[in-house]
Amino acid sequence: MEEKEIISIWFIIGCLLFLFGVIIFAANVLDYYVPWSGTVTVLHEYRAGIWWGAFLIVIGLVYSIAFNPWKKTKEAA
Amino acid sequence: MLGLIVPQLAMLFTGSNIISLGWVDSAIVILYFIFVLGIGFYLMKFTKTGEDFFMAGRSMTMWIAGLSFVAANLGSLELMGWAAASYQYGILATHWYWIGAVPAMLFLGLIMMPFYYISKTHSVPGYLKLRFGDGASMVSAVSFGFMTVLMSGINMYSMAIVMKVVLGWDIHFSIWVSSITVMLYVVLGGLLSAILNEVLQFMLIWLGALLIPILGMIEAGGWEKMVDRIHQNFPQGDYTHLWSTLGSFQDNPMGIHWTGIVFGLGFCISFAYWTTDFLVVQRVLTAKDLRAAKMAPIIGASFKMFVPLIVILPGLLGLAVIPGLVGETEAIATGGHSYNEVLPLMMARYLGPGLLGLGITALIAGFMSGMAGNVSAFATVWTYDIYRPIHRMFAKTDGTDAHFVKIGRWTTIIGVFVSIGTAYLVQQFASIMDYVQALFSFFVAPLFGTVILGMLWKRATKAGGYYGLLAGTVSSIGMWLWVKMDPTALKIIALSPYAKDMAENMYRALWSWSICVAVTVIVSLMTKAKPDSELDGLVRSCTVLPSEGHLPFYQRPVFFASIVFAVFLALNIIFW
Repeated sequence: MEEKEIISIWFIIGCLLFLFGVIIFAANVLDYYVPWSGTVTVLHEYRAGIWWGAFLIVIGLVYSIAFNPWKKTKEAA
Repeated sequence: MLGLIVPQLAMLFTGSNIISLGWVDSAIVILYFIFVLGIGFYLMKFTKTGEDFFMAGRSMTMWIAGLSFVAANLGSLELMGWAAASYQYGILATHWYWIGAVPAMLFLGLIMMPFYYISKTHSVPGYLKLRFGDGASMVSAVSFGFMTVLMSGINMYSMAIVMKVVLGWDIHFSIWVSSITVMLYVVLGGLLSAILNEVLQFMLIWLGALLIPILGMIEAGGWEKMVDRIHQNFPQGDYTHLWSTLGSFQDNPMGIHWTGIVFGLGFCISFAYWTTDFLVVQRVLTAKDLRAAKMAPIIGASFKMFVPLIVILPGLLGLAVIPGLVGETEAIATGGHSYNEVLPLMMARYLGPGLLGLGITALIAGFMSGMAGNVSAFATVWTYDIYRPIHRMFAKTDGTDAHFVKIGRWTTIIGVFVSIGTAYLVQQFASIMDYVQALFSFFVAPLFGTVILGMLWKRATKAGGYYGLLAGTVSSIGMWLWVKMDPTALKIIALSPYAKDMAENMYRALWSWSICVAVTVIVSLMTKAKPDSELDGLVRSCTVLPSEGHLPFYQRPVFFASIVFAVFLALNIIFW
């Protein structure tokens, strides 16, 4: 198996979490200023979508940068 | 668990969904599918040899192997099923994550893994072949292969029903889209693809489900206030203590005694599943070295210990904040909601745009990681433990590595289609589900008896292993039939007429394990054992294990296992 050439799964996870974070964050910020979704959940006032989206963006960035395959990290798959 | 919930959920379905997904949620789910398929296509070029396809090149780090070890155990209803069980039985459901998993996982890592790993076997039946010969190996391989592919179909149908009830998705759509996706990424990238996707899925399960307990605890006002509200809502029962209600069968909602939990679940069922079910053991066999192989189950145990946060706690929070959920029969009669729906109800309660898609992705990821585990383990056992001996017998050659990779890929495709067929069969005959799950339980406890004696007792012989495994399995089937035909036999098998299904399963496992061990010992003492030289690498007293003396104490697996075990003990005492 060409182990050294495999992009780390942690990098892929980071990319996916980042994309999820951006989508969730943007959708909820938009919903805050221009309510469009029509959903009113319990604890709606806490705006969980905004801070959870931001959390996913941060986690995604940390993983993507730490396991960036172009940095030639030792952690392969 | 599936057998209890799914047929009733199907009956409950009346056309109205619990959740409706918006475009943002749909985008999250679609993006997830694109990524898992992309991983499969990307890894295809790295999967050339049999070692790559069936054993992921034996190159996984302890973290990857440990997380996939836990993720492969998750099924479609892991989240929903155990959240429902915790609403029904309270915190007692946590036993399946703590005493029902942690000690066995640590035992696998410290005691059993060296022999699986050093023997370089491809599978658990492969170990049995080395230790006890073809008879015990073939019994184990055929039963595992057959039951794994059937269980995969049952999981598939369960997932489709959940998606229909929760989201209103068409059953055929759910079955075909999810199973073809899993088939594609496993056929393309083999076990490597299955394992790396399982790690991704494990992360998504956590991040998709963790918001529910966080927001639930905020609404309930913290643990103490949640417990107070549960006591106010349900003054007749104790739902918040792990051990203090287990002194009598009648004192707890599960109808079980502490002996059943400790010996039946904590020793027999748990050790049998976590140490001999090839579905999970295969993940650890892919570790890059012996230390990683020993550490992987320990890492898995530390994560498993905290899964109740996203599975059990939502059910307990449901008892506090949505107390009106009832059993299925009453829900169908009144048109209300059942406790089997507690998790989607909590999702709908707290999760807004995008977060709902993430939660649904967690459910789908749980199903796909379980199914990928089933089909990849099935492909390995079929190719190496069933097909290869038959091929050798008829072709008189060993066969090339490329030939077995080809067979593995075809086996994966056929396994998925048999699973799909099973899913449709279950749709027509729902009772099949109960029987198949009972069948599955017949094999694991005796298998543990055979494997553990094989590893720890050099006097165990080929005949002892074979007849012990056979006697344990047959006795398990016999006890199940006895209770089916004469329900009063329950007081003999499960020690109490008040015992419920789960309690009966535990005691039946304990008896069948004991019978397997007794027969193995007796037959072994009457037959000739192999010389020590033939047991090197297979039996503890005949094997010199690599020393860990060069490692500082804080890098040794036993050190990490001690920490995990101490946390496990502390958690049990805190929630006593």
